[in-house]
Amino acid sequence: MTPSPASLSRRRIGAMCLRHLYILKGSWPRVLEMAYWPAINMVVWGFTSQFLSGNSTWVARAGGVLIGAVILWDVMFRGNLGVALTFMEEMWSRNLGHLSVSPLRPHELVASMLCMSLIRTVIGVLPAALLAIPLYHYSIFTLGLPLLAFWANLMISGWAMGLGVSALVLRFGLGAESLAWVLIFAVAPLAGIYYPISTLPAWLQPVAWALPPAHVFEGMRAVMFEGRFRADLLASALALNVFYLMVGVGLFLRVWHGARERGTLLNVGE
Amino acid sequence: MTAIRASAVSKSFGTVKAVDDISFEVAAGSTTALLGGNGAGKTTTLSMLLGLLIPSSGTITVLGEDMARHRYRVLPRLNFSSPYVDLPHRLSVRENLTVYGHLYGVPRLKHRIAELIDELELGEFIDRQSGKLSAGQKTRVALAKALLNHPALLLLDEPTASLDPDTADWVRGYFQSYRDRTGATILLASHNMTEVERMCDQVLIMKQGRIVDRGSPAALIDRYGRDTLEEVFLDIARDRRRPALEGQRP
Repeated sequence: MTPSPASLSRRRIGAMCLRHLYILKGSWPRVLEMAYWPAINMVVWGFTSQFLSGNSTWVARAGGVLIGAVILWDVMFRGNLGVALTFMEEMWSRNLGHLSVSPLRPHELVASMLCMSLIRTVIGVLPAALLAIPLYHYSIFTLGLPLLAFWANLMISGWAMGLGVSALVLRFGLGAESLAWVLIFAVAPLAGIYYPISTLPAWLQPVAWALPPAHVFEGMRAVMFEGRFRADLLASALALNVFYLMVGVGLFLRVWHGARERGTLLNVGE
Repeated sequence: MTAIRASAVSKSFGTVKAVDDISFEVAAGSTTALLGGNGAGKTTTLSMLLGLLIPSSGTITVLGEDMARHRYRVLPRLNFSSPYVDLPHRLSVRENLTVYGHLYGVPRLKHRIAELIDELELGEFIDRQSGKLSAGQKTRVALAKALLNHPALLLLDEPTASLDPDTADWVRGYFQSYRDRTGATILLASHNMTEVERMCDQVLIMKQGRIVDRGSPAALIDRYGRDTLEEVFLDIARDRRRPALEGQRP
């Protein structure tokens, strides 16, 4: 029986993950680089946090709020980068032509990009989180189960953005690849990573609340400052994430179809 | 049995008509060439047969399936090779073959890779990064990838471009023996007339997106009163003589 077009093949998704794991296995500098920036970022914010805790009552009330924020922000950043880089690797190596005439379906390619993003994010963020324990006596794992909810939501936000970036790169070529690094920073001021959303001007707050990370970081502060888990914030973040992920997947698949109409799948690359 | 049937297929990019209302059939087990100058529409035609490119109009049936509706039923049974695409440079040859073997669902993959190593003499560089191979070695690897799934249909875009005569000759010989052993169908786009004369049962000559003549290499040479296919090609390319239209031998 022929599988339906919408079905996912674990074998083919696994093959695509294997392709990227081979690259990581063969290049320890790449693996090191993945962990390097989140660790450096965490160290800088760790010292900033230590300084502010003696000079700011807000930071002093919840030690580690800035470190927790920077680690979680890196989850979203790495989630986005993991998707976009996994896709651009195919463009850099001029491999899209081979992939698009193989039995791999576009939605299986998307699924493999998300899997690789998860793996890359864990490799990148976990060492930073572990390093914070001996350096600053702060463990993000003390957030408990809510940490999983925050991580998952920020990861999905990163995926949605990474798929959008990948679609733009497929549509406009590798000249647009820097979007993978810069576009996400347009969201950063509105995400309330280091400050409450109420800090923003009143007219900007609705825009911030339309973004899932604003709900996640408010939820994180609620746990750290008030010791309570805000299920309402989690639910709204999840609902928004489902919407944005659907938009991201839809956009990528639409652009993929458009590339088959324009004939750009065969000759994309450096 | 027909392996490929293209009916009234056209492809436009904006106002440019890259392929203009072409129809042809390729018999199962045959080797057919798409011959034409640069920009004649050969690669566009191959891309549409592969489903890499969606035709503006017309229908394409490959191995009995409509490519517009059932492309994924056909893809596991065909394969292709093109100078416009590469295998990932940082992966070794063995890793690339393993990844593509899983993508195509090749049974007993290790055994199949060992067979290809033996047949295509890949042993010397099987664990070397694909990006560090010579042009000849890369061609062998591309060939191995193209044959990994025992394809019933092979689509080859300029299969011997940029190869030295010795390697090119070896590649042609390999394709012929593969077809003879398996009964596979081969469609290739080429500029190389000697290659086409040697390998092909049928030639489709394209010019400005249209098929302007067709037939076996011997029949074309005879019809144009020439000694080689290259002379026939030049006649057509330069609009010198069109005996097929005039209905007489020049």
